[in-house]
Amino acid sequence: MKRGYYGDFGGQFVPELLMPPLLELEEAMGRILKSAEFQQEFTRLLKDFVGRPTALTHCANLSRELGFNLWLKREDLAHTGAHKVNNTVGQALLTKMMGKPCLLAETGAGQHGVATATAAALLDLECEIYMGAVDVKRQSHNVRRMELLGAKCIPVESGTQTLKDAINAALRQWIANQRTTHYCFGTAAGPHPFPLLVREFQSVIGREAKQQFKERTGEMPYMVVACVGGGSNAIGMFHEFVNEKSVKIVGVEAAGTGKPGCTNSAPINLGTPGVLHGMNTLLLQTDEGQILPSHSIAAGLDYPGVGPEHVHLHDCGRAQYGMVNDSQAINAFHVLCRKEGILPALESSHAVAWVLENKDSIPKDANVIVNLSGRGDKDMGILEDYLKQHGK
Amino acid sequence: MSITTLADKINEANAEGRTALIPFLPGGYPNKDIFWKEILELDANGADIIEIGMPFSDPVADGPVVEAASLKCLDAGVNLKWIIEGLAKVRSQISAGIVLMGYYNPVLQYGLEKFAKDANDAGVNGLIIADLPYEEGVEFRDLLAENEVALVPLVGLNTTPERMKLYADGGNGFCYFVSVLGTTGDRDSLPEEIKVGLKNAKEIFDIPVALGFGLKHPSQLIPLEGLVDAAVFGSALIRHIDDGKSSAEFMKVWKK
Ligand SMILES: Cc1ncc(COP(=O)(O)O)c(C=O)c1O
Repeated sequence: MKRGYYGDFGGQFVPELLMPPLLELEEAMGRILKSAEFQQEFTRLLKDFVGRPTALTHCANLSRELGFNLWLKREDLAHTGAHKVNNTVGQALLTKMMGKPCLLAETGAGQHGVATATAAALLDLECEIYMGAVDVKRQSHNVRRMELLGAKCIPVESGTQTLKDAINAALRQWIANQRTTHYCFGTAAGPHPFPLLVREFQSVIGREAKQQFKERTGEMPYMVVACVGGGSNAIGMFHEFVNEKSVKIVGVEAAGTGKPGCTNSAPINLGTPGVLHGMNTLLLQTDEGQILPSHSIAAGLDYPGVGPEHVHLHDCGRAQYGMVNDSQAINAFHVLCRKEGILPALESSHAVAWVLENKDSIPKDANVIVNLSGRGDKDMGILEDYLKQHGK
Repeated sequence: MSITTLADKINEANAEGRTALIPFLPGGYPNKDIFWKEILELDANGADIIEIGMPFSDPVADGPVVEAASLKCLDAGVNLKWIIEGLAKVRSQISAGIVLMGYYNPVLQYGLEKFAKDANDAGVNGLIIADLPYEEGVEFRDLLAENEVALVPLVGLNTTPERMKLYADGGNGFCYFVSVLGTTGDRDSLPEEIKVGLKNAKEIFDIPVALGFGLKHPSQLIPLEGLVDAAVFGSALIRHIDDGKSSAEFMKVWKK
């Protein structure tokens, strides 16, 4: 396979001015990540600060109804309320050891921004977060959190004023400030080596899940399921299981309203191959290669592209990628709240919904692990609006 | 059309004792009706090479002025087909070299092979793809070369001599040296370290070296005497046109 590629996907499609910092990052990864110093400190932070290992919860009530065993890997219990923090603590520590004083990040819903600001505060790094102006309005709560943590949140007024434009702005800023700044990319996408770097930090999810599940049952799960925005929580869960041939792997994309032709966030199911944000991947785009706006009720899934490794896992048939629409996700949200006492993030609700929607194709007594990527507190406003609009 | 045309154009200007001039306008700017008239005016008023931008929804290497202009063109329905077909019609009236500048995805969707052929047929001499570094561009460069279109290498202040050598080996047209660690957009001053970078580029490339990004006024080139064979300006020209002034007037300031 070509360096930085997963099958035909991946690569480094960036302005030449960004090649030196990408090469520098790749070199630093090779040198620092494997060092005992980094590994010890990272492990300590994951335990003492992030709160790992997160629980593996057996959903007894739902399992009885479904006829098979539903397990949740509880990334909602990680500090800041989502898996995002595994990656930002890792990248912040790497930045520190590279001797750079500043972190730069993009954020859509604000989760990655909050997680980056958190890691920056912990490790005494300056922090700048780019966020689309539309998202700044939608997610003002998270903007305040970032500011409390000492980060500067900069609204992006260009383009569609959402996540994809925040990434453009952050890349531009990185070109200018590459000597002092690390771009703490938020998902397993973007130019090489980011898909690899983010997978490295998120794969703790799957490693823990596998070990915890083995301890409890002595077996391998029948299936692992995770939602896919850029794909970081999913690749974090999947990586450890890719070589376990008996384990089925399912990623879940957001179908938006689910009406034919609606705006969605499902590039693996509904997109076409192309190049954006430094990677060759599947994209929501016009025939002429202009990027289309995406939509999902789950702000964290709202992205017109997807990490290249997922496209490869899909292409070679190792993983299957389904779609769930807004109302199915909302339904799953309520089911998990009522039956198990857990408020899932709307992103994670997509993964739960896929299992509920496909329950008839899952064998009796099978063990299914769903990655619960985050908690739903952040989504209360969105939920209220949705329920009002739909007369509930 | 010969692949050496771009270098020839710059060399001819240099032989007359002046820096070659390369104005940039996004395709279809300020509007579709008068765009080709603006191009003819730039040509008639001293442009040695003209860069036509191929608008993209997510132009990471561009600053706010070029981005806003490009998005306006996209809204007006400009696409690669419109640019290439329009160019084919007026090409015989233009004596300047023509370079298309843009991002990889629209070209990829157009079809690399079809693009190389259609661009050559329309009289395009060179192509600048802002997000196609050496490693990803080798095959396309060869495909373009077969069609006598140069893939212009972009380098900058942080490009090591080793990486410049990669680009220089087989690079054609001219070397585009980016004046700042940043995006397009005019700036009042250029960084001092630019001289070292330009000296490296002049030594390593055997094609002319053009300086671009951030140019606002010819006086910026005075300290760089002997290091710059051609100057590219985009945002300053766009601003000038936005103020309702003519391309001819803009070129007059630069053409000495
Ligand atoms: C809770 C939660 N889950 C999932 C995602 C989707 O991102 P990814 O697919 O990169 O894990 C996000 C992104 O913001 C999120 O906040």
